[in-house]
Amino acid sequence: MHKKTIVELAAGLKAREFSSVELTGHFLERIERLDGNINAFITTTAEQALAEAAAADEKLKAGDAGPLTGIPIVQKDIFCTQGVKTSCGSRMLDNFISPYDATVVTKLKQAGVVTLGKANMDEFAMGSSNETSFYGNVHNPWDRERVPGGSSGGSAAAVAARMAAAATGTDTGGSIRQPAALCGITGLKPTYGRISRFGMIAFASSLDQAGPMTASAEDAALMLQAMAGFDPRDSTSADHPVPDYSATLGDSLAGLKIGLPKEYFEEGLDEGVRSSIEAALEVYKGFGAEVVEISLPNSAMAVPTYYVVAPAECSSNLSRFDGARFGYRCEDPKDLEDLYKRSRGEGFGAEVKRRIMIGTYALSAGYYDAYYLKAQKTRHLISDDFKQAFQQVDVIMGPATPAPAFKLGEKTDDPVTMYLNDIYTIAANLAGLPGLSMPVQPVNGLPVGLQLIGNYFAEAKLLNVAHKFQQETGWHRLIPEGLD
Amino acid sequence: MSLDRSDVEKIAHLARLALDENQVEGYAAELSNILALVEQLEVADTDNIEPMAHPLHMAQRLREDQVTEPDRRDQNQAIAPLVENGLYLVPKVIE
Repeated sequence: MHKKTIVELAAGLKAREFSSVELTGHFLERIERLDGNINAFITTTAEQALAEAAAADEKLKAGDAGPLTGIPIVQKDIFCTQGVKTSCGSRMLDNFISPYDATVVTKLKQAGVVTLGKANMDEFAMGSSNETSFYGNVHNPWDRERVPGGSSGGSAAAVAARMAAAATGTDTGGSIRQPAALCGITGLKPTYGRISRFGMIAFASSLDQAGPMTASAEDAALMLQAMAGFDPRDSTSADHPVPDYSATLGDSLAGLKIGLPKEYFEEGLDEGVRSSIEAALEVYKGFGAEVVEISLPNSAMAVPTYYVVAPAECSSNLSRFDGARFGYRCEDPKDLEDLYKRSRGEGFGAEVKRRIMIGTYALSAGYYDAYYLKAQKTRHLISDDFKQAFQQVDVIMGPATPAPAFKLGEKTDDPVTMYLNDIYTIAANLAGLPGLSMPVQPVNGLPVGLQLIGNYFAEAKLLNVAHKFQQETGWHRLIPEGLD
Repeated sequence: MSLDRSDVEKIAHLARLALDENQVEGYAAELSNILALVEQLEVADTDNIEPMAHPLHMAQRLREDQVTEPDRRDQNQAIAPLVENGLYLVPKVIE
């Protein structure tokens, strides 16, 4: 059952080949048996999941089921789930039982999903390898000595190891697309504002966006359908119509104009990844698509811009963790300042502290113009590059990551080396554009992600472009050895 | 910009972060490296470029000034480290 996509599982549930309780039990058994070596889950909610499955079975019996009714998924542990620990991968929130549900959680519950638990992640979503989690590393299901990517590493590994039919993720600089690429699954970061941020623990509020992580583009369309939409509780939620994402999946790609940014194929790109991407482009040419070279001249500014904007916003957002109202509090504070400083010093890990300090510095008196204001201007240049590009092409394609998954511990000594993993994904966040990563031909048994970037609110087009490829090739069907 | 020990201590104070004494040097080196990365922005010509704060250049949405949220004080305080009579307790601020 675990090899099936959501679409296939929904058909099986509807035809009563198996019940949601059986399906949920099957996934729970896999988590029990496999997750000891992968560590994708921080919390499993077996009892609750089985109760949700039983309720789903009632709905199925009554003929009152939607496409996600009874489908077992995992929520990234950044989404607040009422009555369930919501840790954000941090010691700071190790004791935090959320008093409310995030909008994403509410909407998916309304769609009838079964929630198996909460997925491991980099602490406060700050990381590209899932090595900053308070709950330990996640192991890549394709090679346990390698990272799954981050920050949604637990979500990606859970789907890749088929311990859940789908997962939610969040993406601030690549945190859905990069782990999706390294674990060989489909991950979609929608347009900024497409999915509500309410109840999604904030990292960098002008960049953060939730999205689905699934076994196929067709499944991503179903998940996005349930997650997307205007929410008055999110001040930057997009009040923009939500189309039927499944309706256009099969549209012809004849005449599609694909832009390849030359800056994404320069030095630093692994040769194996390059040839897998080139092979994928041949498939698109076969569909009648036209491939043209484009330029995004300010690409080199993306990583440095991000490492001002994101830390600046994070230093502000994470000031709410004060040891006074919720979360970790230090022992025996001698005064209020000691309470703040030690609760935060002991509650946060090293990467979170680094980013808070960079942001604090960039926003401090005398440095604001040189760092933050400058970065807001370079952000504008990056955004304008895409505006120009989308006058010429329908979709942009390139690698999602410079190389396949690296070894655990390989890049933990130098933060800057780690930051460069997101070199191809960060620009879409700065511009607010939708991006998708999907598996193409693996290199030495390790997954490779092709990234698609679309114009604002062009999620349906990205899913269409990804789905056609997945119908033609079988790369998204591969399952790691020993896990099938 | 290269940061030294005292810079890091000052920043950590502004951010209300207690750092282990023996980690300050390490942070100084790492933060200096990150700032070196960030300083690549200096080469960009941003004359006459407007700063961009929001990807969709949205204006702040306003709503009617009405109470829309229920009172959830009890649930919210149930997870607080220390409360008394509906108040959050912290060490004494005024002697």
